[in-house]
Amino acid sequence: MAKVKSLSDLNKMREELQSKMNLREKGEHPDSIVQIKVSMATCGIASGAKEIMDYMINELDNRAIDAVITQTGCMGYCYAEPTIEVTLPDNKPIVFGYVDTKKAQEIIEVYIQTGKLVDGIIPVNYETVNNE
Amino acid sequence: MVKYKKQIRIALRNCGFINPENVDEYIVREGYAALGNALTNMTPEEVIDVIKNSGLRGRGGGGFPTGLKWELTRKVDADQKYVVCNADEGDPGAFMDRSILEGDPHTVLEAMAINGYCTGASKGLIYIRAEYPLAIKRLKIAIDQAREYGLLGEDIFGTNFSFDVELRYGAGAFVCGEETALIHSMEGLRGEPTVKPPFPSESGYKGMPTNVNNVETYANIPVILLKGADWFSSIGTEKSKGTKVFALAGKVNNVGLIEVPMGTTLREVIFDIGGGIKDGKKFKAVQTGGPSGGCLTENHLDISIDYDNLIASGSMMGSGGMIVMDEDDCMVSMAKFYLDFTVEESCGKCSPCRIGNKRLYEMLDTITQGKGTLEDLSKLRNLANVVKDTSLCGLGQTSPNPVLSTMDNFLDEYMAHVKDGKCPSGQCKALMSYIINADACVGCTLCARVCPVDAISGEKKMAHLIDDDACIKCGACMDKCKFGAIFIQ
Ligand SMILES: Cc1cc2nc3c(=O)[nH]c(=O)nc-3n(C[C@H](O)[C@H](O)[C@H](O)COP(=O)(O)O)c2cc1C
Ligand code: FES
Repeated sequence: MAKVKSLSDLNKMREELQSKMNLREKGEHPDSIVQIKVSMATCGIASGAKEIMDYMINELDNRAIDAVITQTGCMGYCYAEPTIEVTLPDNKPIVFGYVDTKKAQEIIEVYIQTGKLVDGIIPVNYETVNNE
Repeated sequence: MVKYKKQIRIALRNCGFINPENVDEYIVREGYAALGNALTNMTPEEVIDVIKNSGLRGRGGGGFPTGLKWELTRKVDADQKYVVCNADEGDPGAFMDRSILEGDPHTVLEAMAINGYCTGASKGLIYIRAEYPLAIKRLKIAIDQAREYGLLGEDIFGTNFSFDVELRYGAGAFVCGEETALIHSMEGLRGEPTVKPPFPSESGYKGMPTNVNNVETYANIPVILLKGADWFSSIGTEKSKGTKVFALAGKVNNVGLIEVPMGTTLREVIFDIGGGIKDGKKFKAVQTGGPSGGCLTENHLDISIDYDNLIASGSMMGSGGMIVMDEDDCMVSMAKFYLDFTVEESCGKCSPCRIGNKRLYEMLDTITQGKGTLEDLSKLRNLANVVKDTSLCGLGQTSPNPVLSTMDNFLDEYMAHVKDGKCPSGQCKALMSYIINADACVGCTLCARVCPVDAISGEKKMAHLIDDDACIKCGACMDKCKFGAIFIQ
């Protein structure tokens, strides 16, 4: 792995990583892909997030849907765990709560495959410093 | 659903956005840029000035100005200094620090390195309870990845500055969150507090100057450096700047981790963000500050949350636990719950805390049994004040707060227990009776058969009777009765 030896090294690295990410999000680009984040802090895992993550990985694989699925920390909606965030290319991220395997299947079949929204969306109720 | 956004995420800016096990994702969101910029373009004094001007105060409970603490540690001359992160988080019901460490471990590492640069320390220690295995795992991964990139270790950003972080594990004692006890625990001694001064900034870990800050305090640092002191101090109230993370729990609909600007009202937190009280029940009180804090009532819902307002209202900010109670919660039992916790967690070094809290607990227990007297109430208040005034450390100095604040705000409930032998919220089992309504009872014998202690008697097809002395108030009979013939009094 490359060492970061100066501030400009870091800036360069960030730009490279950023442009890679941007490609994924652009619908018309060949590298674009569905991105899924599963909230996997202690609270999420206790409510079954690991099973949901495994289920989604399998299901997406079976259906040959190109997606990156990663774990992330607590999204703050502990009452609605497990929660997942789905970003379709060219779309805003959408958070779904109370995801069990049935809901996960619906999200894949309906939202990811046809783009139609399904129940269980949690409205984002905060601002972050990064996306002002 | 409420649409307007009451929350701003600063400390939680990356939680739920990045993969905490991948340093690249942190870097994309400007991770380590604050450290790089500080090391490359700023003197330690300049960095400290930014933190001072931002108005950031410690999020671990005390609210001490963070920039000032850094400056104090910097000013002491020593060959070796230490940077400590307090990740003990002992409040029952609190999980702010755990969530930050699990969701964004690099932010803490980056801030500790910045602190090392400012104070002149090259070693960082994170004191974390062994009960947080996932946070520990992610911290270890983060430390490895940061070392691999050269963001921890020697010659960071090619500037000659060296800094590394190690983990130290706590066994989960509440008192070890107190900074002097924490340091003794890391030294391999008993986790007992010592009198301050000397403060850790003068003489801490191994007798060396040590800067102790809380996880959430650190999580604010990189953003403050990137966005500036003016930006940060524009958020919040006059004396409390920025945001506070709360673990909202108890009888609210939306239990969760929230981050609100200082100055937000309790009403906004509980009713707008928290979605109100579960099952349409009535709000009764909210406990902030955990076992060291107090309860706030309906009358306090519109005060804006900051360090000073909460203290003026008889509670405190604490580290961010917020437990909401409804009409079914008995405030005497609530005080007893916290005292039970304190008695367990008191290290026993000083007698007011070791013996006094035990006596307070016993008195509360007597009251919840319906055996308390008016004299007990005045003794209770008296002793609570003695424990508060004479204990050695912050644990005993604050542990009577739940008693005092419930007595101040809910004296009528104490009176009901003592004078009428009644628990108004029906929580104190000793004070309630299960009774069979003879008119409604058809004598099916179901209740008698289900009672685990044979407290119910009666002939078939005749009304039954519960022997109150034998009854253990388990409620099984009431659940079973098909005719609604059993009620609680
Ligand atoms: C009984 C007791 C328990 C404490 N527990 C914690 C804790 O779990 N986490 C924490 O950060 N501070 C805790 N503190 C406060 C610390 O002593 C110290 O003030 C704090 O870590 C300083 O960091 P800050 O200035 O960033 O808040 C506790 C204090 C007392 C008296
Ligand atoms: S013993 Fe009385 S209700 Fe069960």
